[in-house]
Amino acid sequence: MKYDITIIGSGIIGSSIAYRLSKYDCSILVVDKENDVANEVSMANSAIVHAGHDPEEGTLKGKLNVLGSRMYPQLCKDIGAHYKPVGAFTVMHSKEQQATFDALVERAKARDIPYEVLSAEEAKKQEPNLTDEVIQVLSMPTTAIVIPWEVALKQLQVAVLNGTEVKLNCEVQSITPNEDGYTLHTNQGEIETKIIINSAGLYADEVARMVGLEVEDVIPRRGEYFVLSHDAKNFAHHIIYPIPTAKGKGILAVPTVDENILLGPNAEGIEDKQGVNTTIEGLNYIRKELLTSVKNVPFYNIIRTFAGIRPSIASKDFIIEKPIENFINLLGIDSPGIASAPAIAEYVEELLELPYPIKENYETKNPYTFRFQELSVEEKDAYIKEHPTYGNIVCRCEQVSEGEIVACIHEVLGATSIKGVKKRVRPGMGKCQGGFCQPLVLEILARELHCKPEEVQYDQLGTNPVLAWKGGREDA
Amino acid sequence: MRKVTCVIIGGGSAGLAAAIELKKNGIDDLLVLEKGPEVGGILNQCIHNGFGLHEFKEELSGPAYAERFALQAEELGIPIECNTTVTAFYPDKSIEVSNKNGYEVIQADAVVLAMGCQERTSGQIQIPGMRPQGVYTAGTAQRYVNIDGYQIGKRCFILGSGDIGLIMARRMTLEGAKVLGVAELMPYSNGLQRNIVQCLKDYDIPLYLSHTVTNIEGYPRLQKVTISEVDENRQPIKGSEKVFEVDTLLLSVGLVPDNTLTVEAGISLDARTRGIEVNEYCESIMPGVFAAGNVLHVHDLVDYVTAEGRKAGRGAVRYLKGELPERNGFVTKAGNGISYVLPQRVDYPSEDESVEFSFRVRSPYKNASIVVKNGNEEVKRIKKLALLPAEMEKVILPKEVLTTIHDELVIEVEEA
Repeated sequence: MKYDITIIGSGIIGSSIAYRLSKYDCSILVVDKENDVANEVSMANSAIVHAGHDPEEGTLKGKLNVLGSRMYPQLCKDIGAHYKPVGAFTVMHSKEQQATFDALVERAKARDIPYEVLSAEEAKKQEPNLTDEVIQVLSMPTTAIVIPWEVALKQLQVAVLNGTEVKLNCEVQSITPNEDGYTLHTNQGEIETKIIINSAGLYADEVARMVGLEVEDVIPRRGEYFVLSHDAKNFAHHIIYPIPTAKGKGILAVPTVDENILLGPNAEGIEDKQGVNTTIEGLNYIRKELLTSVKNVPFYNIIRTFAGIRPSIASKDFIIEKPIENFINLLGIDSPGIASAPAIAEYVEELLELPYPIKENYETKNPYTFRFQELSVEEKDAYIKEHPTYGNIVCRCEQVSEGEIVACIHEVLGATSIKGVKKRVRPGMGKCQGGFCQPLVLEILARELHCKPEEVQYDQLGTNPVLAWKGGREDA
Repeated sequence: MRKVTCVIIGGGSAGLAAAIELKKNGIDDLLVLEKGPEVGGILNQCIHNGFGLHEFKEELSGPAYAERFALQAEELGIPIECNTTVTAFYPDKSIEVSNKNGYEVIQADAVVLAMGCQERTSGQIQIPGMRPQGVYTAGTAQRYVNIDGYQIGKRCFILGSGDIGLIMARRMTLEGAKVLGVAELMPYSNGLQRNIVQCLKDYDIPLYLSHTVTNIEGYPRLQKVTISEVDENRQPIKGSEKVFEVDTLLLSVGLVPDNTLTVEAGISLDARTRGIEVNEYCESIMPGVFAAGNVLHVHDLVDYVTAEGRKAGRGAVRYLKGELPERNGFVTKAGNGISYVLPQRVDYPSEDESVEFSFRVRSPYKNASIVVKNGNEEVKRIKKLALLPAEMEKVILPKEVLTTIHDELVIEVEEA
């Protein structure tokens, strides 16, 4: 099969690009080595749409962050993704930080980003858990939170409905040029394409080198996090940052769309691009550093720790370029990558100067807009009477019904694993971390995908929670 | 909106006992709501024996113990709705309920909370390392093995010597897995003594006291677990590492009352029990809201859960019949060596002939005394050969003593 455009990587960047380009009358393929969309960098991060006052002037990060952040409200409306402009508080707690604080204010002003400087007293009225040392706070009301993998998935679903193809479990092993573009050699055979868009995240340097480019290394930079349960949802209502330093944005308290709180991340350069392990040192560092901006941290409500990896590069700014004909390179898309994603897609579109016409009919809206949990009591009752499985609660912590789980398996780019279900509709995200619901989700997946229970994977191949059925309940 | 005199949330041992007590005392308009396909709760996956020594003076399996109460409830004609989840509970005692027939609001006059507990997970105890497949809480593993009939692993290590962990050490062995050991952070076990003997010693499974897991390796499946000895501050000691090549790690690191609904309703929890605060009728600060079983505090024996369920049922009966006088009592306090005392308040000191107090010690004691004080004045002393945190202790005080207490009742340990 020959494609006009092949996008390598289905993270939030690849998916945003696919969404943007799917209006063109050409054939587009998205490949990803993972078994689900947005399964690596986009899956584990702070999930923030930064307002754009942080990146330095003259950088691509600064430009695309501001643009992207402004595109988000409409984008999320179109694709039916959650978007909450909770606002951010940058907390100054020592006099030495005054210069940095003032610089942030200046940049916000210059970039026309709404902001407000709050006194300690005003800020504490809104966030009682700010540390007693707080001197003043820079409030950024347009800073928002999203679910990055949802933003990716929902965009890619629209692209698929516009004709884009997606191959998962498809790892690009080498690339050779041919008379009219490139041949991708993958574990699923050869794929011919005219144009390549390299949005391979952590592996973007390796993909770039496959076509002979000399690029800098992607440096995996690990960030560890704690997740607090819903019991702690009132701990912070805004994203709370310390004043940024040369090392990064510091340790944050971030409310999530689903009313958890994230605490983290640290930033540690590591060797292994899959080194998502957490460490005693890292977690202890977060516990300690967090206290520079907040107090009364309800560590009792921690339900999970995790680590995500940022695809950083030594030169710091995003690299988005067309270094050779028909090849777009995206390198070093770390923070503010999420905030910039829609603007990056637009930028890539401009770089490409595609010769294809725009389709007469194409979708920009995602058709999967139904959210059972947002219905009223009466509406839920009526809906269950028509669709009884929506009354069967499978996950008690997050109150997810069988109907919602089945639906997310059968949608376009549906879930094929327990983690896939968890990403889409949340069973296992709560306090019991799947202790009660995982066996039930496993049964539903086996039934809906017509496979044996021991073939149901938690995530990638080899993560099946059960090995073999040894007898027992007949209907298991 | 459906109206029900008394709704019991949860059809496990606490909920069933409460329902039976209510029905026997003339409260007919009852409803037990159970999320699972049958009543009995977690007992249904506890296929080992050891249940019922206090209630029935015999040793039953978990399902057999549950069945006795299920049958009694059936004979009494108690309405039970299974496969039904309570999704919200409000301070006005209205509750939202979901099942395959629909979604409705039920208004109750009294509510008994009997939702049981949850296991602490690897995230809660923050084991560093990778997050591969093969790490399960012991209860989830128990369900996969005992209810669903799956094999989950072949070489197994267990962190935490809670009872479920000990029971699962034996269970995994009987299922053909090799259990390489059990590590316990504390210098003593958190399980019942009989489980240490019957589940570990009888199967030559080593118990590593003062040890914890300090690394998890392998991806996508677990390959290695590292344990380290810990010092008196429970910090790992460098150089004491032992590595076990296993594909399964079970966690038995504590249970936490499942008060998600309660917290959403705005009722605050006792910081030590993580359950609500109650009086001697298991009644919360909100009149007509009762709690019993593991949602109130984590028990060691199901027999005690049943007894507490009956107590809550009795309280609900008296509340509904308008028999309870004005609240006028005292609070209880966990003194030296005690982690918590239940009930947290006695509201009606002159109502009953006696009140039973449950508590746990913070650490093991030998030849110590339990001392009960009215403020600073000693009112009772009980000599104990041994006291263990894993075992719940009880003291019963008669009305004559209770009516003399006006400030606070303190229970403490005094070493010999």
